[in-house]
Amino acid sequence: MKEKKQLSVSAIKNGTVIDHIPAQSLFKVIQILNLEHIRDQITFGANFESKKLGKKAIIKLSNQFFRDIDINKIALVAPQAKLNIIKDYEVVEKKVVEVPNEIIGIAKCMNPQCITNNEEIVTKFTVISKENVALKCHYCERITDQEHLVIL
Amino acid sequence: MKDKSLVSINDYNKEEILKILELAAEFEKNPSQNILKGKVIATLFFEPSTRTRLSFESAINRLGGRVVGFIDSSSSSVTKGETLKDTIKTVSNYCDLIIMRHPLEGSAKYASEVATVPVINAGDGANQHPTQTLLDLYSIIKTQGTLDDLNIFLVGDLKYGRTVHSLLMAMSHFTTIFNFISPEELKMPDEYKLFLENLGLKYYEHTDFTEIISRADIVYMTRVQQERFSDPMEYEKVKNIYVLRNHMIRNTKPNMRILHPLPRVNEIHPDVDESEKAYYFQQALNGVFTRQAIISSILGLK
Repeated sequence: MKEKKQLSVSAIKNGTVIDHIPAQSLFKVIQILNLEHIRDQITFGANFESKKLGKKAIIKLSNQFFRDIDINKIALVAPQAKLNIIKDYEVVEKKVVEVPNEIIGIAKCMNPQCITNNEEIVTKFTVISKENVALKCHYCERITDQEHLVIL
Repeated sequence: MKDKSLVSINDYNKEEILKILELAAEFEKNPSQNILKGKVIATLFFEPSTRTRLSFESAINRLGGRVVGFIDSSSSSVTKGETLKDTIKTVSNYCDLIIMRHPLEGSAKYASEVATVPVINAGDGANQHPTQTLLDLYSIIKTQGTLDDLNIFLVGDLKYGRTVHSLLMAMSHFTTIFNFISPEELKMPDEYKLFLENLGLKYYEHTDFTEIISRADIVYMTRVQQERFSDPMEYEKVKNIYVLRNHMIRNTKPNMRILHPLPRVNEIHPDVDESEKAYYFQQALNGVFTRQAIISSILGLK
């Protein structure tokens, strides 16, 4: 007799669940966290109904734990993301992301005359406002605001 | 300041600025010395700027240094598609100091990070031109005897004008009163006003200055640059808005001086040129002494 197939998408034993990602930012989050290279099991879900976000996405990562400095990078595209740290099927810690003081890579300078848009250079910004994200380019000193923020 | 690149006016603190101004005064007394003998300085002009280049090269030549470089990117390997990084890395091998002008903003900062010798920014697009600011300060201290308690009028394009932004940042080290005179379209950006407010410095905004010019110690005129306007009609509306004429400066303070980064178009009428208050050509000469001071300080010779 054939066993009924069931996908194990529900709970993870140990790892991190990233919830409240805006649905359209899912693939940016995957890119920023470099999930492509992770060998452990990862589950993505997109376009879940969310009262807060309309459509949200969720990522469950087995055996992955992030340093704040790394996870905070996603704050640019998922400012309301919430993290559940799972140990032995239990949520042992909840975290919210915070926009870091400095952004290296990830974002594009909105100034077309900036050297970073004309030569292969890793972008670098000082965050001058966290609420309405505003980034000051380390090179051209121009400010890129939330409205013009493009993720590389 | 030895071995430290000068990319932005913010790279120097108040003491460092004053040190450069002191050195500039020394060089003015004795502008031809042989202290750069044996030094090779590269002047890399990725876009032409004859005035700035000649000022630097004059400063270097008077001190006995040698210059290598190019005067626009068509005569360099840039036309072959070489990256800025590769150009800077290569040229670093040939010289003790790089002076560069580049049309892209942030290029000088980037060059200073990849170069193995110090870099002086001679203008990176609309961003920074710190040696201009230092020569402006030298012109102010030379004509006023001080940098404290001066009433400075900044006139013209205050929105895009990099020289006025850098001058504002530099003068904010001192107890300056600022008067901003510009059309509505070209007002001083909020971030600079906020910066002054946080320091407790006073500023006033006007659209006309004929009534108040008698209060000025320094009138800093700027050109409204056509290339900043996407709409030619907008440019036509503001291009002739501030034209300084000799009769307007009759009742000004005796110590008042008119500065301009040059080139001017029509914002200062030629009838002002003969006035003792017209200082813009001496200001250009001060650029040579100021650049001598900056170069010799970075090379650790002074």
